[in-house]
Formats: sequence, C-alpha cells, structure tokens
Amino acid sequence: MLNEILLLIGITLMYSTPLVFGALGGVISERSGVINIGIEGMMTVGAFTAAAVSYFTGNPWLGLLAAGAAGGLISLLHAIASVTFKADQTISGIAINLIGPGFALFFCRMLFDKATMTLPGKTLPKLFDEKIFGDSAMKNLNVDITVVLGLIAAIAMWFFLYKTKWGLHVRAVGEHPAAADTLGINVSRTRYLCVIVSGILAGFGGASMTLAIISQFTPTAISGQGFIAMAAVIFGKWTPFGAYGACMLFGFAQALTVVLGGGNFAVPSQILAMLPYVLTIVVLILFVGRSVAPKADGEPYEKGVR
Amino acid sequence: MKTLVKVLKKPITSTLIAILFGFLVSAIILAFAGYNPFEAFGALFNGIFARPKYISNVIIKATPIILTGLSVAFAFKTGLFNIGAEGQYIAGTIAAVCVGAKLNLAPIIQVPIVVLSGVLAGAIFGIIIGYLKAKFGIHEVITSIMLNWIALYLSNFVLNTTAYHLPDSTSSYPVNESSYTMLLPKWKTSDAGMAALKPTKWLYEVMLKTDINFGILIAIILAIVVWVLLYRSTKGYELRSVGFNRDAAEFAGINVNRNITQAMLIAGALAGLAGALAITGTSPHKLSTMAAFENNGFNGLSVALIAGSSPIGCIFAGLLFGGLLYGGQSVQQDVGAPTEIINIMIGIIVFFVALTKVVPSLADKLEKRGAHRVK
Repeated sequence: MLNEILLLIGITLMYSTPLVFGALGGVISERSGVINIGIEGMMTVGAFTAAAVSYFTGNPWLGLLAAGAAGGLISLLHAIASVTFKADQTISGIAINLIGPGFALFFCRMLFDKATMTLPGKTLPKLFDEKIFGDSAMKNLNVDITVVLGLIAAIAMWFFLYKTKWGLHVRAVGEHPAAADTLGINVSRTRYLCVIVSGILAGFGGASMTLAIISQFTPTAISGQGFIAMAAVIFGKWTPFGAYGACMLFGFAQALTVVLGGGNFAVPSQILAMLPYVLTIVVLILFVGRSVAPKADGEPYEKGVR
Repeated sequence: MKTLVKVLKKPITSTLIAILFGFLVSAIILAFAGYNPFEAFGALFNGIFARPKYISNVIIKATPIILTGLSVAFAFKTGLFNIGAEGQYIAGTIAAVCVGAKLNLAPIIQVPIVVLSGVLAGAIFGIIIGYLKAKFGIHEVITSIMLNWIALYLSNFVLNTTAYHLPDSTSSYPVNESSYTMLLPKWKTSDAGMAALKPTKWLYEVMLKTDINFGILIAIILAIVVWVLLYRSTKGYELRSVGFNRDAAEFAGINVNRNITQAMLIAGALAGLAGALAITGTSPHKLSTMAAFENNGFNGLSVALIAGSSPIGCIFAGLLFGGLLYGGQSVQQDVGAPTEIINIMIGIIVFFVALTKVVPSLADKLEKRGAHRVK
C-alpha cells in the first residue's frame, strides 16, 4: 500500500511539473493584463530547444537555459502584438500556437535529418533515487529536479506578486492600468517584461517534459499541456498557488489513471483516461465556481482613454 | 487620398495585407533555411491548382474547417470563445459512426438521420459548455479544453467496443454505404457511370480519384444561414448584444444565461455537423484511433480569425487554409523544405491578422491629418 501511495505521489509530481511552469507563465502574464493563449506554442518551442541543445552539447542544464531563452524570444512576438500594436491578444496567442510548433518541427527536420523527433539526449538529474533510499519503498518518490524547481518558481512568484513593490505594480497594471500609469508605473514596460517572463517559464515547462519525463522531442511531446496549463490558471483564479494546486490536482488524476490502469480494474483504459478531465469539471462545479479575471485582462492600454 | 482611406478601412484590406505578409515572412524564413522561396511557392501553387484532382481535394479538406470555422466565428460574435470545436467535431464523428454503422435504411432517410445524429452530439457537447458557464460561471475555455480530451478518449473507447471494433485493425467499422454523401458514388462502380464520365477528363479524375461530396454545398448554405441568423433576426440581435455587452443586454431585458446556452448549442451543432459530414463524405468513413488531435476544430479557430468572424468570410478563409494544408505537402515532396513551413505561414498570417487590426485606425489618423491640411 505504501508503495502505491508513494508511487502515486511520484507520478503526480512528474506529470504536473510541465503544467506548473506553463500555468505560472500564464499567471504572470495575465496578472499584468495580457491574456496568454500561446502557452502551448511556447512550451513546444521550449521542449524542442531543450532536447536539441541537450543532445548537441551533452549538457541538459544548457538545454534548460536555452529552452527558457527560446520561450522568451517567441513570447516577444506576443508582447509586440499585444502591447505595442494593441492587437487582439487571443488572436496573437493562437498565432503563437501555430508558429511555435511550426518552428519546432521545421528546425527539427532540418537538424535531425528530416525526422520529426530529436535523438535522445542527456536528461536532468533525479532526486531521491536508489542511491539515497536503497531498495526501500521511498525510491518510488524518485522525482526529477524540475519538480523542485517548479515549486521554487511558484513560491518565488507568490512572493514577488504579493510581497514586493514590483509585484504590486504588476497587479495594478493588470487591474487598472490607467491608475497605475498616473502613479508613474510604466504600463508597457511592465507588460512586456511579464509576457517575456511568461514565455521563459513556458519554455522551462516544455524543457521539463523533454529533459526529464521523456528524453527527446517528439511531435506529441507537448500535446495540449499548454491548454491544460491555461485552464489551470483560470481554475486557480489567477494566483500562483491556486494554479499550482490546479496542476497538482490534474497530475494526481493522471497518476490515478496510471496506477489504476496497472491493476485489475474492470474499467477500460480509455474511460480511465478521461478521469483527469472529468474530475476537473466536477471539482469546478462543486468547489470553485465563478472565477474572476484581473480586471484589465485582455484589454490593451490606451493612454488617455477612459 | 479619400479612396485610399476608404480602401484601408475595409476589413478585407487588412486581411489581404496579413496574407501578403504571411507569404513574405515565410519566404524570408525559407531563404534563410537555404531553400528557394519561389520554387517552394511554385510547388505550393502546383499542389493546389495543377490538376482537377488537387482542386477537388482542397475543397474536401476545406469543408470541415469551414464548418468548424463557422462554429467558432458564431461563438465569437456572441462573446464566447469556442476552443471546444475540436471536441464537438469528434463528438459528431462518433455519433455519425454509431448510428451509420448500425442503421441501414434507404439513403434518403439514412443520410439525414446519420448527419443529424452528428449534429445532435456536437450540440450536446456545446450545451454542456454553455450550461456550465450560464449556471455555475465556469469559464467556457476550461470546459471546452476538458471536453476536447473527453471526446478524444470517448472516440477511442467507442471504436474499441465489441459492437464497433473492426477486428484486426485500429479503427471502427465504417458506416453503411447508404449513409454516403459523395456526389453519385455509384457512378464509380457502374459501367454506365464510367461511360458517362470517360469523355470529360477532369470530371473523370475528380469523380474517380477524390471523394467529392455534398459537404461543401452544405457548408456554403450554412454560412449564409448563420449570417442571416446573426444579422437579420431578432435572436441574432439578442445573441450579439449579449456578446457585445452583457450588462447592457441584461438591462435591456435579454435573458443572458439562456442566450449563452443557446449560442453554444448552435456553435456545437455546427462543429458536430462538420464531423458527421467528414464521416459520411470522405473515406475511410470510420473512426480511427487517435493519439493526438487531428486539428479540424483547432484549424477552425484560425479560419474564424482570418475571416474576422464573418460567416461568409469563413468560406474563403477555409478554402485558403485547405489549400495551404493540402498544397503544402507538395512543398516537401518537390523542394525538400519541411512541410511545417505551411504551419509557420498560417501562424504568421494569423499573427498579422491581429496586427493589421490597427490599419483602420491608422487610416482614421491619415484622414484626420488630411482634413487638417485642407484647413
């Protein structure tokens, strides 16, 4: 029994980590007033960059950094569109979702001999492996280091948003940009930075897929995680810990399907696979209810317009 | 000057500029990657227009995404973001197969029943989203995303049940031939039909080598129906006012919650229809195991955006999109450049659709400056 519980926790943490990074990216961007539907695309770019850099350099940490940089770079497009051009943020985000995977696969084919997958590269280290716990049940907790990084990122973002002056600025810009502007906060710069950080985090999210869970990039490495992360942002009511919890719940439901699927249950695997999605809806109906976005979320800021 | 401003203010101008930029930027990317962009685009256009068969396949490819595009565009107009068209489309395919594979009536009854069951399934998926938003305030984006996955696994589940699983395959039984909506499918197999087709070469190629079907006609008719519903009916006025300003609509005595549910019902029905027609109109006429989404619904998002949520615009955007997707395969075959350049190109077009929304307001400024000078 202990074995199963620990396994459940281990798998929960594993599945939720890419989502955690993606969702935190969504939180920071939307708190500053920029809707980010492009998380999926940014994660795909990160996933590919991480796998490719890790393969060519043999250093997964470089892969992680490169993934962040690539995610940040592509999010710059979103920032230019939504802040400078005051464009429709939903449209621009969807464009990122098309451009991101497009670029990832385009470069993948160019670098890896027309294949849509990278060759397996080195992955990031794991914590609590057999060396520490030996053959005891605790080795089921063998988690990737990205799990810890994800938790640190969530705590850091909470601290930043609620305990620092700059966090207050970000929230002000997201709620009432005109008021923030009168107080001398640079709305455009704040939003630019938040969107770029959002891209960097999404890039990490993609990397924590291809540098930890699987050791290479495939066309389906990121298939919908970005959208689930986006749902987690709304589910978690646009707060770092809320989003983190939503990702955990989702990861837990995924883990449940894995653990239950291994046993002798009469439930077909496809029905079991629906569990995380059904559970999310049920939890929303029962416990969460209406979620209210930051007031200026999705609205371009026009100086002087009331 | 005045005509320039007038032209710039038309929404179609911004869209055309966006498409132009899409080609331009992709050309630059191709050139950087070491391919000749002219050759690549040449291959693309050949892949779309060179043979009647290609044109027919483009239309076939465009049909479902025109309909899912309509679904998304309709929801947009009512203030809802239907990212769930993918799931509603899949629901449509599931229902069409479930009914079409078991039922075998005369085509004149069979086809409507099969297609309508797909429509109904899509509508049910849509209603769930609308109802949960209206009743519990759950954001439609979350429910949509979750329902997409539920639909995907439901499809995989159905095709694995003993009732529907085609032995030794990864797919379900196809629907009965009485459910087919191709143009005169019997002609392909009968001698008289072949004799009639032989003399006209293009017709022979189109009829024999592609699944040309009634779907496109239905898609065009529905685009017009949706336009009439939105802009020429009281219901459409209500739906749009809920989309434009919820509070104002409520104040004017419009039942906002009921309109949200109804809007999602219609949006879901449109996407479900797309799925049903894909089953009845194109081979293999059955469900296949899916590991990831086939993007018929997600492509509808791009179609709706390129069309600026105009129902009629969806027809053209869908054809453009279908052409790029189908013709794009030739780019890799002929020039060797990865097909993904097409996805990048579509993405860039959508991106510039977002950016070129500034064109009309720029035109405004231009106009004001012009007026100033005259003074």
